Amino acid sequence: MNAESILILLAFCTVIAALTPVLGGYLERVFTGKRTVVSVVLGPVERMLSRLMGVRADQEQSWSSYAASVLAVNLGGALALYALLRTQDLLPLNPAGVPAVEPAVAFNMAVSFVTNTNWQAISGETSLSLLSQMAGLGVQNFLSAATGLVVAIALMRGVARRSSRTVGNYYQDMIRAVLYVLAPLCLIGALVLVWQGVPQTLQARVEATTIEGGAQTLALGPVASQVMIKNLGTNGGGFFGQNAAHPYENPTPLSNFLTLVSVFALGAALTNTFGRMVGDARQGWALLGVMGILFVGGVIAASVAENHSTPALHALGLANPVAMEGKEVRFGVPGSTLFAVVTTAASNGAVNAMHDSLMPLSGLVTLVNMLLGEIIVGGVGAGFYGMIVFVLLSVFLAGLMVGRSPEYRGKKIEAREITLAVLAILVMPVLVLGLGALSCLVPEALASVQAPGPHGLTQLLYAHASAAANNGSAFGGFVANTPYQNTALGLAMLGGRFLVIIPVLAIAGSLAAKRATPETPGTFPTHGPLFMLLLGGVIGIVGGLTFLPVLVLGPGAEHLRMLSGTLFP
Amino acid sequence: MMHDVRPTLVFLAVMTALLGFAYPLAVAGLAQVLFPFQAGGSLIQDRDKTVRGSALIAQSFTRDRYFHPRPSLAGPAGFDATASGASNLGPTDRALVDTIARRVADARAAAPGTRGKIPADLVTASASGLDPDLSPEAALWQVPRVARARGLPEDRVRQVVETLRAPPQGGLLGQPRVNVLRLNLALDALDRLPSPGAGPTAPGSGSTP
Repeated sequence: MNAESILILLAFCTVIAALTPVLGGYLERVFTGKRTVVSVVLGPVERMLSRLMGVRADQEQSWSSYAASVLAVNLGGALALYALLRTQDLLPLNPAGVPAVEPAVAFNMAVSFVTNTNWQAISGETSLSLLSQMAGLGVQNFLSAATGLVVAIALMRGVARRSSRTVGNYYQDMIRAVLYVLAPLCLIGALVLVWQGVPQTLQARVEATTIEGGAQTLALGPVASQVMIKNLGTNGGGFFGQNAAHPYENPTPLSNFLTLVSVFALGAALTNTFGRMVGDARQGWALLGVMGILFVGGVIAASVAENHSTPALHALGLANPVAMEGKEVRFGVPGSTLFAVVTTAASNGAVNAMHDSLMPLSGLVTLVNMLLGEIIVGGVGAGFYGMIVFVLLSVFLAGLMVGRSPEYRGKKIEAREITLAVLAILVMPVLVLGLGALSCLVPEALASVQAPGPHGLTQLLYAHASAAANNGSAFGGFVANTPYQNTALGLAMLGGRFLVIIPVLAIAGSLAAKRATPETPGTFPTHGPLFMLLLGGVIGIVGGLTFLPVLVLGPGAEHLRMLSGTLFP
Repeated sequence: MMHDVRPTLVFLAVMTALLGFAYPLAVAGLAQVLFPFQAGGSLIQDRDKTVRGSALIAQSFTRDRYFHPRPSLAGPAGFDATASGASNLGPTDRALVDTIARRVADARAAAPGTRGKIPADLVTASASGLDPDLSPEAALWQVPRVARARGLPEDRVRQVVETLRAPPQGGLLGQPRVNVLRLNLALDALDRLPSPGAGPTAPGSGSTP
């Protein structure tokens, strides 16, 4: 951990902490239907759109109806995207003349973008038309982020409301999420990115004659608009194969910093929105505090590992910073390490350095971030509702320890809520360890692993963690574009998304229906350091311990062998 | 689920029009007015408008008279701007250590008399395969070779490197770096100037973002 790493981390945390109440307050106004600064312009658009869809804001839905609408829009979006990818060769806006996407890949991509994963088995610049990028991936970048956001809002309503049968209107929430939050922020952010050098043009290719007289084809496109939403919406799917490492996606250290801020902005702000909705700002800060501590711990561990690098490379006479394989000069080790931790904490999955080439222990940090279910800020909305699931479990355990019936915000936490919470928590271990183990047994699946030694196991684990957690980043050496992996990882993404969303909405409905019990001196406060410690402990034990064996065998073993100077094969 | 059909279809159609077309086109239109150079890909052009590359994308330089960018694994021959790529080799992979060892040997052979540790970015492949920059140390390492090939004093070449050395943005973000394409253009411009006293210029450098 050098001075530079500390400075950039401090700057980042300061900006996020400052943005959180501002954005959090704005989100609260938007989703409770209060007037905002942009209402004059967007109000009429919102009403027109609602009328067109036949939706009324005062027609609220029960949790099951809300969940059905979530599934309907996601199914419709996935089918539309699949059809678009399969027929992109016949449709306009295909200046580079790319062919249609193969069925298994198209399934994988459609699922991937609808579930906010943005795992990409193929490179965008070589395989997708501009139409697919804009009208396909671009649209799902917005809608999947909006879905996460509104599920989180529905859960907040569940906690805040009393004796209510409804949790909101899904379509109304979606319209507001897009019109008031995502679209305006992206419009401004995209222009800032262009200023820094991210292209935005409908030209797909430019032929250049290099200085030495060779030929170079430059791939361009409407990059800035897509990059902005993939960051703000924690989607992470790059316009280019190498994602945020590509100079056209992330041209300067400033664009890198703004990328990091936009990745965390909404996830962090939602904790504050929650505090406002339940009428106690401390509740939000306590959640953000736990996230912050886990996050800073991860950054410190990864920075130490990256700054030390490997004995084998030091022996070759390389000057510090040594760990530059798979990293870009403009970001250096500090900017790349912080990015790696942020992108896995936040379910983003964009990468500005190749995670396959990270040191074993920094790779471990990125894995742990994902395996905990991405509750450290997390994906837009998904991080928040994932965290609340752990909160309910913590409250329950605290209740058991002192022999009181567990309560959260005046609501009794009973068997139904805990069953649903445990169902949501079990999704990660079942998908990652279950499908991962299957991948180890099926020869066709195991062939995807390229790296020798323990690093190979880490590659396999990373792919499954990334898919199930809807992250989308990869150890790039893992051959993901095979029929088996396209299908298996596609299913993992679906499970990781909807098998969590449905129990979470059920919890929202169940909590909303409850009567509030008045607070007594015996009520366990959920905003203090004791609760934060308990919550951190539950996350570590329940989320982390499950994966300890495989983490020891993968990155743990690789780290020890690296220190002893072993190379594989 | 049945009463979800109409809102879902209308919603997806309107959102595709709004987010899939209106949004990217609005950004493109505004960008074209506000930042035309960057929006078009930061292209470096000759006086006759021939595109010579992008200031943001590394291109191949192999001759001794030019500074060489970092090793590239974009496409089979490297520097393929339509196929960004990296080694994706882990730290304990023998293939990685062997490759870097070979590059170290080459770098030492190409710069006889240069002692000390080798800047790591010179012998490691970047993440994009299109990294347009070198660390100042990696550029300075190449100065003796470039100066010899051009028949210039080393101090003169070193001076050009120092002129183009970009500090961290805002004094805080990122690493000091040198853009290889701009550096080589500045050297070529030096050749064309009558007096060595005039400062180096690079086409397009005025509009650096």
